[in-house]
Parts: sequence; structure tokens; C-alpha cells
Amino acid sequence: MKRIQRDHKVRQFHQAKWDEPVIFELHRPGERGVIPPRTESAIAEAVGSAQDHIPASMRRNAAPALPEIGQAKVLRHYLRLSQETLGSDLNVEIGQGTCTMKYIPRINEMLIRNPRLTELHPLQDVDSVQGMLEIYHNLDLAMREISGMNAFSFQPSSGTQALLAMASIVRAYHDSRGEGEQRDEIITTIFSHPSQAATAAVKGYKIITLHPDEDGFPDLEKLKNAVSERTAGFVVANPEDTGIYNHRIREFTDVVHAAGGICYYDQANANGLLGITRAKEAGFDMCFFNLHKTFAAPHMCGGPATGALGVTEELKPFLPGPLVELAADGRYVLTEQGGNSIGKVRSFHGVAQTVLRAYAWIMSLGAEGLKDVAQVAVLNNNYLYHKILQIRGASAPYIKGRRLEQVRYSWKQLTDETGVTTEDITRRMCDFGLHYWTSHHPYIVPQPFTLEPTESYSKEDLDEYIQALEHISNEAYTQPEIVKTAPHNSTVHRNIESSLDDPKQWCITWRAYLKKSQPEPAGQK
Amino acid sequence: MADNRTYAHPYIPNTVPEVRDAMLKEIGLTSIDQLHDAIPDNLKLDREMNLPPAMNEYELRRHIEGLLAKNKHGADYLNFLGAGCWQHFIPAVCDEINQRSEFVTAYAGEPYEDHGRFQALFEYQSLVAELVDMDVVNVPTFDWAQAASTAIRMAGRITGRKTALLPRSVDPDKAAIIHNYCTPVMEIEYVEIDTVTGKMDLSDLQSKLGDHVAAVYFENPGYLGIIEDQGAEISKLAHDAGAISIVGVDPISLGVLEPPARYGADIICGDLQPLGMHMNYGGGQAGFIATRDEEKYVMEYPSRLFGIVPTEAQGEYGFGDVAYERTSFALREKGKESVGTQTALWGITAGVYLSLLGPGGMQEVGATIIEKSHYAAKLLADIPGVSLRFEGAFFKEFVVDFNDTGLTVAQINRRLMDEGIFGGKDLSAGYPQWGQCALYCVTEIHTQADLERLASALRAIAAYQPRS
Repeated sequence: MKRIQRDHKVRQFHQAKWDEPVIFELHRPGERGVIPPRTESAIAEAVGSAQDHIPASMRRNAAPALPEIGQAKVLRHYLRLSQETLGSDLNVEIGQGTCTMKYIPRINEMLIRNPRLTELHPLQDVDSVQGMLEIYHNLDLAMREISGMNAFSFQPSSGTQALLAMASIVRAYHDSRGEGEQRDEIITTIFSHPSQAATAAVKGYKIITLHPDEDGFPDLEKLKNAVSERTAGFVVANPEDTGIYNHRIREFTDVVHAAGGICYYDQANANGLLGITRAKEAGFDMCFFNLHKTFAAPHMCGGPATGALGVTEELKPFLPGPLVELAADGRYVLTEQGGNSIGKVRSFHGVAQTVLRAYAWIMSLGAEGLKDVAQVAVLNNNYLYHKILQIRGASAPYIKGRRLEQVRYSWKQLTDETGVTTEDITRRMCDFGLHYWTSHHPYIVPQPFTLEPTESYSKEDLDEYIQALEHISNEAYTQPEIVKTAPHNSTVHRNIESSLDDPKQWCITWRAYLKKSQPEPAGQK
Repeated sequence: MADNRTYAHPYIPNTVPEVRDAMLKEIGLTSIDQLHDAIPDNLKLDREMNLPPAMNEYELRRHIEGLLAKNKHGADYLNFLGAGCWQHFIPAVCDEINQRSEFVTAYAGEPYEDHGRFQALFEYQSLVAELVDMDVVNVPTFDWAQAASTAIRMAGRITGRKTALLPRSVDPDKAAIIHNYCTPVMEIEYVEIDTVTGKMDLSDLQSKLGDHVAAVYFENPGYLGIIEDQGAEISKLAHDAGAISIVGVDPISLGVLEPPARYGADIICGDLQPLGMHMNYGGGQAGFIATRDEEKYVMEYPSRLFGIVPTEAQGEYGFGDVAYERTSFALREKGKESVGTQTALWGITAGVYLSLLGPGGMQEVGATIIEKSHYAAKLLADIPGVSLRFEGAFFKEFVVDFNDTGLTVAQINRRLMDEGIFGGKDLSAGYPQWGQCALYCVTEIHTQADLERLASALRAIAAYQPRS
């Protein structure tokens, strides 16, 4: 039989397209999706109707205008929407730099659906949740070893919330020393995640932003000029979103400490560092890890997640409480924090499912496996870096040496020569079943894109992504319109976005849309 | 990487030695260790981390299931704990959808590859909007406490004032979160509650209102379960003082309780967990915020707001970010508060829940909860030594007073646990002035037999000790 020849270099892909109505359009009066549990007749006889127990002014007289839809139709609708979503399980998700998209082990997803976790109430007596508390404690121990910190809280429900908790601890620490009023500045860098600056501002701090030197490192001289008796803290990622590791980081933390500030470490980019280097040795007082990034919990459309927050012994009293600790009698207990604690940042004990997932992932890898993760992530990144620099129109500003787990690239040359922008490429990549993200604002690197290949992807996966970018670069130079008018194989065509910023036209709910949109007059179709 | 490895780790394909070596060669390196040359030796960990050895999938499953087996849980035990996390009926379709691989592993995709995610979140906003009778709802926040905190800061920005008033009945843990989030921008002051009804003390409210007050925040039903029927008066007092009325609400009550928009609320917030999320040891919480469709409110949201738009093709719906430039994603420290990963999947799940229940289901579930909780309260109040702490209307939670049993709530709960029952939350630490009181939660999942079992167990426990 003749072998069928197939060329896999640039994948033939068309996203699912269902022309799915908005759910309110599925409404058919009288249909039902589910019948909730009912009141037994004896109860109804004993207490009467619910309405009798609601003060007259608080009775809702007309049911909410939700759609009425049969169960199969609801299921079909949401399954279609899921098929119109390109999760990382479905594509080579290296295009979402700074977010560490990696393989989500299915065993972990299975484990978190165990009723012995899903049906736990957070206020149960500690004796009835010893297994869960042991998982919290074991993860705490592992995190301490990975970071060199002395205690972890898993309460923050994202990296942003962990940053907020750290900024809160900075404030509480200086308040406890009587310097709260005086120390009103937090220093960060322009290549940090926007949440670093934003969360410090939430805590009332003035933000000082350092720009990089010509090689892309945070500028040490600028830091020396910025610190003063007003410095409350310094927050930085290392490597930053450029993938450049600041080898002088210990000098930075020393400078801030000498000025009396706290150094806190955004470890959202920790994947390439596991088992290689730690927050403690670099001189940080606090750090956090995103369990939904480095520790293989899924991102779930944007949460729920966990920003595991670690501190040195000195800052432990400031952590949000309670913490899980192992008591002398071998029981796991919840210990409330003292008067210096920032209190709480999220209800209960954070996202327990994510804690379990991260613990399971660490147990699947061990110390050797975690180091494999770091090394292969960096290997994959440098392989990608090497290949992308060979694509016409692409470059990587700043130092030419190796990068850690990601790189911020630039299409400046391609844009200058063809008019095709990085946003155009975002849309065109969808046509090949691949996600591609530009970068955080501001675009210090012109026409940026940030790729982070992590350890999860094979050489063939990386080659597929590279070849898609090569293909698009070739298109930009030969037939740019096909890139500029993308997407072509997506669920939808390009949005007409003008209404999104116009208060008269934006429609944030279906009911607002019905009010603001006018049907076309008859005869004008 | 261990050089003697003969197979790749299942999660890391490029641990295959031949592939690794070929890739190193391609980039001009001879050793894997050279990849980390940028890190100075004095910052490198010069030893292997001290962690347990790696487990294969079978070993991992045995290990974790062994740990989880030590837990006692609400599927086996009869559970009356609420206080911010509640056990409700969860339709199977909710689990089916929130376990879909596409949604579980999606993150920050574009409207053209994640159209389904954008639509599902727009629909979630739209469905909650019907429940609360408002035209704007955000993509979910971390939890109710975060939603309340942001609502208060929004009110502060809108009014240019710095004080928010909260009733003393707000959950102390929620108040701690609000306090942390609002410090140092907003100040929190408490309004006393009526000791008989648990409702807000209006004269105390009036005395604390003034031109420094940005917002009055109250809840319906409140943390202590009480239905606050003075909403219209509270909102009017707030508005007369130039303040914003913020109402926190348990959304599962809104099939039967009047939505706060109709008694003067300007901002509504609450927790989505009752709408299709398992308790998950507190990991199922997700907050929502709703307002009118007015620019001055919309522009103060820190959260993402998904809007519906036309596309270049006639007849197609597209979805995108509304007023993205107000967020910290766009403006860093100059954006509104901060935004990042929140709890989007629970928003989608809440949308599925509301789609399944529909208007009739929401009315029924609300009514069933009220009827069952009142039946339970009646059974408990009939036990000698046991009474209800507050008079008046409640929804699914109520404060049970055990002072006359001569037992502490802790003692009672320990005995209940021996009977396979998780008793109500012990309020003695948070509200010492009430002595031995507990907050009981009864929902639609409790059968008549369950409630009678609880009453019977409590009756036996109360009778066992001589009463003071």
C-alpha cells in the first residue's frame, strides 16, 4: 500500500465553531434543568410556607428572569463553549510567557475530586481533618526546602493576592517598629508583573519603578539612588519577564536592607530555578510561589489558584493565620497568629485543592525530578531562543547570553519591514491551533512577545511552534494581508471593539445588551 | 539531570538522554549544568534538596488516598456547619462542566481561541445580573470578603470619603480581610446590632453617619442568618448622608428574597460558592460584585468585565474586555486596585447552576431552605435548655443558645461528632458576650430524618448533664 504523505510542520486546524446562542436565547417556558431537593410534607405542615417566614418587605414577588432550559440543552451548550476554548491540554501552550503553562497531571485532578476533600467543611474540628492538615504541613515543609524560607501560608488565592499579603506584611512590620509613617515607598522594576506595583499601591505606597540598564538588568546604581529612610520595601522577580537572571541580586537585597527596607521576591518565574537557587541565599525576606504555575496546578480560566507565601523566621508573626503546625503529640493543629499578624487575606485556608495538587506534583518528582524540571525548562527555552533568533524579523533585546525559563522577544524589524504587528500575529497563531500572547504593558520592548516553553513540551512540540512562527513571518514578508486579516480558522471573526470603551454602547450583561441594542429597522437587511 | 537515567519522567519528555544531548549540541553546550551559568556559584544550592523520593502514579495514589482517608467528611457525616461555606445540592452537570479539560486548563487566551471561555463568563455575569437585578456584574473575585472589600474601596473612590460602616454582626474573619484590604486607604467603623433581633441598630447607624462616610455595608441574610428587613431605611439613611449603600448577599436566597437593588443598594456583593461549588475545605469560595450600568461605577471596578460585541461577520457574537484601560494590567499602580488570577472557573460553574435551576428552581430551593431551617430551629428550640439567640426572620442559618444546658459548644460538638454529626460553628470565641452559642446551618440537602436525628442527639446530650 502506498504510504500517505502528510506534512505536520504547520498544523491544519480549525477551531470548533458552533454559532452558539447566548444562553438566554435557549429559553423555552416550562422547561427545567434540574429539580432541587424538596420539602417533606410533614415539614411543610409543621412550619407552613416559606413566604410566611419572610418579612413582607423582603419577599421577592416575581422569580428572577433566568432562562428555563432542559438539562440536555444546558449540557450541550456548555460543552460547545468548552470546545470553543483552547485550554493548555489542547495546544502547545508555550505562548503564554510569564504564566508557566505546563502539563496538568491527570492523577492530581482525579485526587482532588475525592469526596474526602470536596466534602470537607473548613470549620470542621481539626481532629476530623488530620489528613488534609498533614498535606498542608507536608507542602509547607517542601516549600521551605525549595525556598529556604521558614514558614508558609497557603491562604492567598493567587500571585496577586500573595503580593498584596507581602505588601501588607511590609506595612505591618514597619508599623510594629514605629516606622510605618516614615517608610512610604516601595521600589519595583518595569519588567515586573503589573500586580507588584498595583498591590503595593493598594497598601498606600508610593511606587518607584526602576528601568533596566542597557543589558536588561535592573539598574543597581538607580536602586542605590532610590533607597532612603523612606524605603519600606523592594519587590522584584528574578529572572524578570525578560528571562534575564540578575546575577547581582544579593547586592540589590543588601542595598535595600542597609536602608532598612524589606525585600520580597516575586517567584512567579521560579520554574527554571527549582533545586538550583533559592530566595534565602539571594537575601530575600519573603517570597511566593504560584502553585498554579510552577507546581502544576491548572489555571482554570483564571482561578481559583494559590500564591504560597513564605517568610523568614523574623516575619512569621506577621503572616495571615491560621497556620498548620505539627503539635508535640503528633496531631496537626491550626495555630492562630498573634497581634502582629495581618489577619487574613482570603477566607478559611485558601484553595485546598490546589494545595493538594502541588503536593502531589512534588511527590511525583522528588528532589531530582524538580531539578530536571528546572534544567529541561531552561534547555527548552534556550533551544527555542536559538531557533527564534533565526526567524526573519525576530529579535531578543538586551544581553545575548543565555536566558532562564522565558524570553521577551521583539518583532520590531518585522513590523518595520512589513507592517505586520505582534497583535496581528496573535490572531494568526489561532489559525494553527496555538496560543500566543504579546506581553504585559508597557511595551518597553517594541512589538513584544514572550514565550515560556517549560519542561512539559517535547522537542517536536517546540519545533511545531517555531515552524508556525516561521510560517507567519514568511507570510508577513510575502502576503501580509493574510496575517493582518486573521483569524481565518477561528470560532469567530474579528471583534468590532469600538463599543467596549464607550459607556453608551458597552454591554456587560445580556439584559444591558437587550436594552442598548436596537433591532435593525425592517427592510434594511 | 541524572546521567544514568534510562527513561524519561512521564511529565518531562525531554529527559530522554539522546534528545537532551541533541538539543544541548544544537545550542552549543556540552553540559546541562552550563544552562544555569548566569547564576553565581555562591547563590547556587550545593546539595540535593531534602525531599521524599519520587513516587510513581500508583504509589502517589495510594499515598494521597491514604492521607485523605484520615478525614471525616460531609458526605458521611451529617453537617450543620455554614458560616461562610455551605453544603448545598450540586447538580451533576455543574461538576461535568467544571471538570472539562478545556476550561480547567485554559488561562489567558485571546477572544479568538477562547471564545467559549469569554462567552461562558459573559453569561455568568448576565445570569447573576438577573438574580440581583443589576446590569453590571464582574468576573469573580477571590471570595465574598474580597468583593466586599473592593466594593468599599470603590465607594471610597466614588465619594472621595474614607470611612465605611459595618454592622457588628459581620463575620469576624471577613472583617479581618476587609480591614487588611482597606488599610490604610479606608477606615472601618462598626454599627451596633439590636440585641434582641440581631438587626442593625438604626439609631446607632444614624449617629455614625456623616459627610466622612463613603459607604454603609450590610448583609442579607447576614452572617448570623438574620434577614435584615430594614434595607430600605438603611439605604435611605446612607443616601441622605451622601454615602453609598452596599449589600452583601447569599445568592441562593434570591429566588425568594427581594434583590437588594430594589431596596436601595448601589453595590451588591456576595459569594458564589452556594451556586454549584463543593465545600472543598473552603476552596470553593468566589466573590461577585454588581452595580448599575453607570460609568462612575463601571470605571471603578478593578476586575475584568466581559462585554458582548458584534464581529466583522453579520450575525456573530464576539466578546471582549470592557474598559480594559482602568485595570492594573494596563496601568500598573495607576489602575484601579489590582487584578490578576481570580476565581473564573467558579463563575462559569455558577452560570451552569443558574441555567439548570432557572427561575422556578431558584424559587424552590430558596423556599425549601427556609422551610427546613425553620423546622430544624423549631425542633432544637423545643429541647430543654436550648433556645434561639435571636427573634425574627432568618434564612438558612440561626444562632442556637446552649447556655442553659451547662455545656460548652465545644463539649456538645465533640459528642455530636461521636454520633456522626458536625454541629454548628462555635461562636463563643468571636462573640464572648453571648456565652455558649453556635451558628447552625440547614439547607435543602437535609432531610426531615436528618433534622430529627440532630434534634434527638442534642436532646440526649443536653439531658445527660445537669443544667445550671
